[in-house]
Amino acid sequence: MDFSYSNEDRLLTVYLTEEIDQHTAEKVRRKIDDEIERFIPRKVIFDFDNISFMDSSGIGMVLGRYKLAKMLGGDFEIINVNKSIKRIFEMSGVTRIIMTREKNNIKIEEKQGIINEKIQKNFNEEEEDEGII
Amino acid sequence: MKGLYDNEMKIVFASKTVNEAFARITVAAFVSQLDPTIDELSDIKTAVSEAVTNSIIHGYENEEGSVEINARIFANNVEIEISDSGKGIENVEIAMRPLYTSKPNLERSGMGFTIMQSFMDEMKVESSLGFGTRVIMRKKIRSVEEEQVS
Repeated sequence: MDFSYSNEDRLLTVYLTEEIDQHTAEKVRRKIDDEIERFIPRKVIFDFDNISFMDSSGIGMVLGRYKLAKMLGGDFEIINVNKSIKRIFEMSGVTRIIMTREKNNIKIEEKQGIINEKIQKNFNEEEEDEGII
Repeated sequence: MKGLYDNEMKIVFASKTVNEAFARITVAAFVSQLDPTIDELSDIKTAVSEAVTNSIIHGYENEEGSVEINARIFANNVEIEISDSGKGIENVEIAMRPLYTSKPNLERSGMGFTIMQSFMDEMKVESSLGFGTRVIMRKKIRSVEEEQVS
């Protein structure tokens, strides 16, 4: 497990690196709590990019850290979860209280935003090209 | 036993949480001969992990003991039996309710049985107070069928 903390926006990112079950959840939860208590971040992000497996132990592990971050006035977000982990978070109601983003799947509104930006950019470039001619 | 199943295996291991990974990976390796999809394999690994965790932290309450897994294959069906000789479950019906947990202090979510039920096709729990618990789960590996059709 790795951490990164940005002073500028008080953002704590937790990069999980091990399969999450009761054994590993117990190992990491104290370490993550220490980091949250040390920085009192504006936002905590759990990055699941390297996690291919999680059982229900992950639910308690995430909710426990979420409660701590909230209590200290911070936001919480889960990113890069795969399909089966997303399903476990959905079944347990975690996705109803914590913003959860799937792997390689940006939120639809954001995607639309990027597409609009691209269209606008192409349009501008075309205009510039025409200007040169 | 002979002839009843196409294949079977048995493992017995100490009730230590470090063995959760060993258990699910071993079962997944055994099931691999049916050429399951990544999703099917992931469902089985999750269900095994849930049952084994229950045996270790509820059945034995982290005390010494052993967990046994029997896995069987017949045609494209997998049957997995996970048993312990721990303290047993007083009321299986209550234990199976989503979000019910007897150990909230361990940050348990109470979703273990619900996950086993929804990730496998069938699940049955047999428990006897003071003698132990046995979870039997079955799943049909569909990718085999799909291949035969195409």
